[in-house]
Amino acid sequence: MFILEHLWILIALPLLGAAINGLLGKNFSKTIVNSIGIGSVALAFLSAAEAVREFSQLAADQIPWVKTYFTWITAGQFKVDFSLQIDQLTIIMLGVVTFVSLLVHIYSTGYMAHEEGYYRFFSYLNLFVFFMLTLVLAANVVLMFVGWEGVGLCSYLLIGFWFLKQSAISAGKKAFITTRIGDFGFTIGILLLFWTFKSVDFSTIFKQLANMQPETFVPTGVLTAISLLLFTGAIGKSAQLPLYVWLPDAMEGPTPVSALIHAATMVTAGVYMIARMNPLFSRAPFAMFVVALVGALTAFYAATIGLVQTDIKKVLAYSTVSQLGYMFLGLGVGAYASGVFHLMTHAFFKGLLFLAAGSVIHAMGGDQEMPHMGGLRSKIPITFWTMFIATFAITGIPGFAGFFSKDEILDAARSGPNANVWLWLLGLIAAGLTSFYMFRLIFLTFFGKPRYDEHTVHVHESPRNMTVPLIFLAVLSTVGGWVAAPHLVGGTDYFEKFLHPVFASYAPTGAASAVEAAEPPGMMLLHALIGWPVLIALAGLLVAWWFYIKNPQLPKKLAESLRAPYALVLHKYYVDELYNAAIIRPLLWISTNVLWHGLDETVIDGTVNGVARVARESGSELREIQSGNARSYATWVVIGAVGVTVLMIGLWGMVR
Amino acid sequence: MSIVPISYYLVLSAILFGLGIIAFVFKRNIITIFMAIELMLNAVNLAFVAFARAHNQLDGLVFVFFVIVVAASEAAVGLAIVITVYQNRQTLNIDRINLLKF
Repeated sequence: MFILEHLWILIALPLLGAAINGLLGKNFSKTIVNSIGIGSVALAFLSAAEAVREFSQLAADQIPWVKTYFTWITAGQFKVDFSLQIDQLTIIMLGVVTFVSLLVHIYSTGYMAHEEGYYRFFSYLNLFVFFMLTLVLAANVVLMFVGWEGVGLCSYLLIGFWFLKQSAISAGKKAFITTRIGDFGFTIGILLLFWTFKSVDFSTIFKQLANMQPETFVPTGVLTAISLLLFTGAIGKSAQLPLYVWLPDAMEGPTPVSALIHAATMVTAGVYMIARMNPLFSRAPFAMFVVALVGALTAFYAATIGLVQTDIKKVLAYSTVSQLGYMFLGLGVGAYASGVFHLMTHAFFKGLLFLAAGSVIHAMGGDQEMPHMGGLRSKIPITFWTMFIATFAITGIPGFAGFFSKDEILDAARSGPNANVWLWLLGLIAAGLTSFYMFRLIFLTFFGKPRYDEHTVHVHESPRNMTVPLIFLAVLSTVGGWVAAPHLVGGTDYFEKFLHPVFASYAPTGAASAVEAAEPPGMMLLHALIGWPVLIALAGLLVAWWFYIKNPQLPKKLAESLRAPYALVLHKYYVDELYNAAIIRPLLWISTNVLWHGLDETVIDGTVNGVARVARESGSELREIQSGNARSYATWVVIGAVGVTVLMIGLWGMVR
Repeated sequence: MSIVPISYYLVLSAILFGLGIIAFVFKRNIITIFMAIELMLNAVNLAFVAFARAHNQLDGLVFVFFVIVVAASEAAVGLAIVITVYQNRQTLNIDRINLLKF
């Protein structure tokens, strides 16, 4: 039980790596930086594996396993411990975070090989892993918030990694400020949570919720308010409508960062948080509906933008926003396990897609525009095949990971406890759109004739330290979903069964439990295989094939005949412009004219400078008195004496 | 013998003091100004003595002794300064001794 007793080791390892590389790495050779950066994460991964092994030996009543190391803050009733916990949900997140981080670290040694500030990059990555592990291991909301903000900081640092590029700096700031809007709600939610339950520990809050007595009864309105406020934080961090705008811009960062932070781990923090808070959300049906609605709308909305983007990373970015929407849809309709399942499979296939896209960009010598690519299939076969598998996984082709997780979510949206047919329909259409834009990406990049200049661009397969992570992730994108497979033939969904204690122990009584199979096993398999999601995914594939392989001229013609809608989608519904006009410009105007020129310059500077000017000018007037003429001094003495006398006579008169 | 009323003394004192002020302000010679100061001091002394007599108390007389002592030491220091100024500037015109200014 070594690791379970010393959970802090898990988060200390990457922190140590970050500190060593960050403080001393400047003079290290690349080999040393690599071995510290990868070594610390690899050790964290091994510790996580050991933690899983030890966890499996725990008795059911020892879970969640909470270790308190010291008291961090005490102020009256407000008490926050530095305490870490492990339960089934944490185990999933631990596995995903450490494993994907490890692969991305290895990949980065190839991708970032020729970059300035190599040690800085690895230091930031390690720091990110530290904060992400803090986030998932935290046993109370405040410590979780520390991790939550920390990953935001690392996101900012890594988006702006190329800090000499103006667009990268702006994107970093945009990401930081936009998520801060959501975090504002999150903070208020934490305060309200403490105010209501007088505790910030997860287990204490959940126990109170589960055994709510009449005298400690909390009205549903308060629970809804807390849930919605926490969800605001998730909206910012997980890039949902209306705060998703930062994620596409975040693609300015290096591609491994996009894969790790902006696809696999950090952006799913919102999903994790809501899954963690499930006892609260389950008791706030309206908040649940909002979560599902925002998720479904985002899934659909982002997918439409993804249809027409030409930058390979932008397509994937909008795809991420859309898939995160799926996860929230799953959480919102009460299928927490499905949402987390999709989080896991998404981490594998979207991480893979980004890393493969990085490999493509590497091969193209830095060009990210898909219209400049084409016919890369035979030149970079490993990248092609792994990316192809990931595309199968994300579109939900039967047998690949996304098939199982996406199906579960859509299934829950249609027939689960909080089913809503409209949300299901939105999700379904989004699935079709996903299939279309993903195969469009594949066809534009890897098929057809090369559209780049073969004399200037020397396409080459990436080195082995980049392709090996691709292969690992490709394997997981394929088999990662099979833990849920027996469900289709009437067996157990192992993933859901594993997570069941997390989502069932504090569930409100009388809530519908997971839907039991009403159909005979064979029919379920048949339904899943030829059900709507698969059919619409195949339809998307066919349309993409028709558009980009069979009739390459068709998209252009279609774009011309539908000019207005095409422009609308191409410019991302002008949301950035809208925010610019509705929020940023008025804010800038007020700041400039009222706060800067008005308040700061006139009132504050005016007061300070005014005091100085009064002193200076009265001084320069008064010094005229000191003329050097002794007789005028004599006059002043007399005037002063007369003044004092008059004053005294006056005062004497008043006293009398 | 009839007693001279106190107001007479006070009026005389005020006249002397006023003359002292006028000389103090308008005269240019330092020694004259010095004498004007002495005149004012003695005007005040006269008032003190008059009050002491009128109230039959010694306080005023004690003050007068103090004033005389101070005036004596002032005269000693002041005249020394006047001599030094004259040695340095060859003039006693106060309007020309105007170096100390801003």
